[in-house]
Amino acid sequence: MIRSCLFVPAHNPGMLQTADLFDADAVIFDLEDAVSYEEKDAARSLLVEFLKNFKIDIKVIVRINNNPLWFYHDVAAIATERLDAVLLPKADSESLKKALSLLIRFEKERHLPKKISLIPLLETATAIMNAEELLARPRIGGVMLGAEDFTADMGIERTKSGTEILYPRMKIALVARAFHIIAIDTPFTDINDEAGLIKDATAARTLGMSAKAAIHPRQISHINRIFAPSAAQIERAQRILKKSADTAGVFSLDGKMIDQPIIERARKTVEKAKRYKLI
Amino acid sequence: MKNILNRFVPAGFTPYRGLIDRNNLRPRLKRRPAVNTGDKLIDSVSDIFDRLKISDGMTLSFHHHLRAGDRVMNIIMREIKRRNLKNLTLAPSSLFPNHELLSELIIAGCVSKIYTDYLNGPFASVIGAGKMNDLLIMDTHGGRSYAIESGDIDIDVAFIAVPAATVCGDGNGYTGPSACGSLGYTISDMLYARRKVVVTDNIVPAVKTKEIRKEYIDYVLSVDSIGIPKKIASGTTRITNDPVGLLIADNAVRALAATGVIKNGFSFQTGAGGISLAVADYLKKYMSLNNITASFASGGITEYIVSMHEAGLVSDLYDVQCFDLAAVNSIGKNKRHHAISAARYASLSEDNIADKLDVVILGATEVDTAFNVNVTTASDGLIIGGSGGHADTANGAAITVIVTPLLKTRLPIVKERVTTITTPGCDVDIVVTERGIAVNPLRVDLSEKLKSSGLPLMTIQELHDKAVAIAGRPQQPPHGKKPIGIVRYRDLSVVDVIYSLKE
Repeated sequence: MIRSCLFVPAHNPGMLQTADLFDADAVIFDLEDAVSYEEKDAARSLLVEFLKNFKIDIKVIVRINNNPLWFYHDVAAIATERLDAVLLPKADSESLKKALSLLIRFEKERHLPKKISLIPLLETATAIMNAEELLARPRIGGVMLGAEDFTADMGIERTKSGTEILYPRMKIALVARAFHIIAIDTPFTDINDEAGLIKDATAARTLGMSAKAAIHPRQISHINRIFAPSAAQIERAQRILKKSADTAGVFSLDGKMIDQPIIERARKTVEKAKRYKLI
Repeated sequence: MKNILNRFVPAGFTPYRGLIDRNNLRPRLKRRPAVNTGDKLIDSVSDIFDRLKISDGMTLSFHHHLRAGDRVMNIIMREIKRRNLKNLTLAPSSLFPNHELLSELIIAGCVSKIYTDYLNGPFASVIGAGKMNDLLIMDTHGGRSYAIESGDIDIDVAFIAVPAATVCGDGNGYTGPSACGSLGYTISDMLYARRKVVVTDNIVPAVKTKEIRKEYIDYVLSVDSIGIPKKIASGTTRITNDPVGLLIADNAVRALAATGVIKNGFSFQTGAGGISLAVADYLKKYMSLNNITASFASGGITEYIVSMHEAGLVSDLYDVQCFDLAAVNSIGKNKRHHAISAARYASLSEDNIADKLDVVILGATEVDTAFNVNVTTASDGLIIGGSGGHADTANGAAITVIVTPLLKTRLPIVKERVTTITTPGCDVDIVVTERGIAVNPLRVDLSEKLKSSGLPLMTIQELHDKAVAIAGRPQQPPHGKKPIGIVRYRDLSVVDVIYSLKE
């Protein structure tokens, strides 16, 4: 369960060592787009050494390169006990299969204590269309929408209103929910537009996305707030659970009927609030 | 001899004892009005030197309100060079990289001693190499004023750059091509130097506010230009964009809020560094949200502090130097934006503003596990700054907060022992970094209040250990053995010695 994940370029030592400071629930160390061709090797080595030597208490995700030149080397280097998930860009059936087979191999060879999950980054029309098939594959721990590449693939303009990604958001949220995995929304790329971020994140949450990626630490507090239950929601959920404990079946609260689905939602709200230390 | 901080003190100087004996302060000299009562306007530097008989061994002073845009000290240094004067003592309130001619004058023996509060420039390596005959004396802003008032710094001629002046010597810094706002650091020089020269590029018929007063001015030297306007505004007055800096600033304001000090009528000072400005910004938001109004803000005034004043969040601004043009504009128009002298700001001989502060936010180049702060030298001993008002306000304020990243590039900032002590640890209450907040054990009251704040509290030793765990234990670069300078506290006692650089 996460609300926010912060992209951190893996070639920048200063940013690596402060990655865990900003209250993000997860960090995505990026070996792909944030790192230029000539720095790929250096970034990979730096990240491996960083993960070996630094103790960070949040989920660690690494975005690898889905490119024959670096794919194997990236997975081979980062498949360690400190890795929680691999974010696979331009994910398709073949690359997911390849990544899984490498992960299984290294987990076995290195006696890793836990299984590393896969998060496909869906950023093409084909990937969105095949979301059900891709997310049904083994080891899928979540899914992320990549809006920039998706709109480029579609040949359409990326806008702040997000109208062009309405369908991908809805589809990803729906399929992720069906498979009980987290749906991570695409980052909002204007780091100086706080109001725009709030609007964009709220829209994503309303459509059922469960978390959002951030490309700047300043975005984290807004994302965490929007993807966590509000104080009013928590208070109402607690009241529902309290009354449900004393009442069998359907009951009424504040003039509204409370039945089993609402009680279940209240339970999830309280669970989230506890996890995020809101209560 | 060693002082209470276990630092060497050269013979002839008073060691720092930890407490200021306010009952035994040095008496003030009598103010020295102008000697010249005839015509004052002169347009030749050489003529001024002749009339004032400026000769070997004299002490000349300058102010730094024009910062890196200052041309006045360079004009005077060129004349010193031309005349090949020897063994002069210079007493500028600060030195900047544009005063590069100083290196040549030191090496040639023209300048043999310097008193200043801040020093940054290529001449630092010349002084660090031990090429100046006498010691460099690094004072605080309040200390410099106190030293001048008490005769410890005996100025023969003060050269006072004034952006707008009359032919009689009245003037201020509010208008003109080199407007810089408050001229606070030069007031002691004007009152107590033996002879005083206003240097200006803007003769005006009259000035409304007379910061510089004709009865103390012997001559008015008219020159083409006293400053480079673009370089007069400080380069440090931009709020940080660095997320780590913003996190530190946020933690600092949350810590202050937890102490309960941010309440109606409180007073504060923030510096002009990026993190300090971010603190001002977070403080502004906190005060607006909670309907809190401060009684005053002081120090170097910036656009951010002016915006708080204009928004009704701060009643009065006590301004010893304007850090940016917004502050310069404000001091000329806002009635409760007061220009104050360095003496009023922080001298022990006055009922000073620094001693009335509730909160001061300061930066650090290094902090050690005894809470001592260095803002004077880099870890290799090269002089890169100086106290300015750091030690004055840290001593005077009820709560002193140091904001600093735990690491800068790959170096831990919290160390076992700072290279040079600028501000003694007993004057520092809270150190805020991105990974934790340490409260000085002397401040049990603050520790108690912060306990339930939810902030990441730890001991200063734990902060140090965390830095070392991340970056490793840095080796202390070796320095030379020759003392080349001393750092004085606001009561002129010696807190530390600056050693020569390793050859």
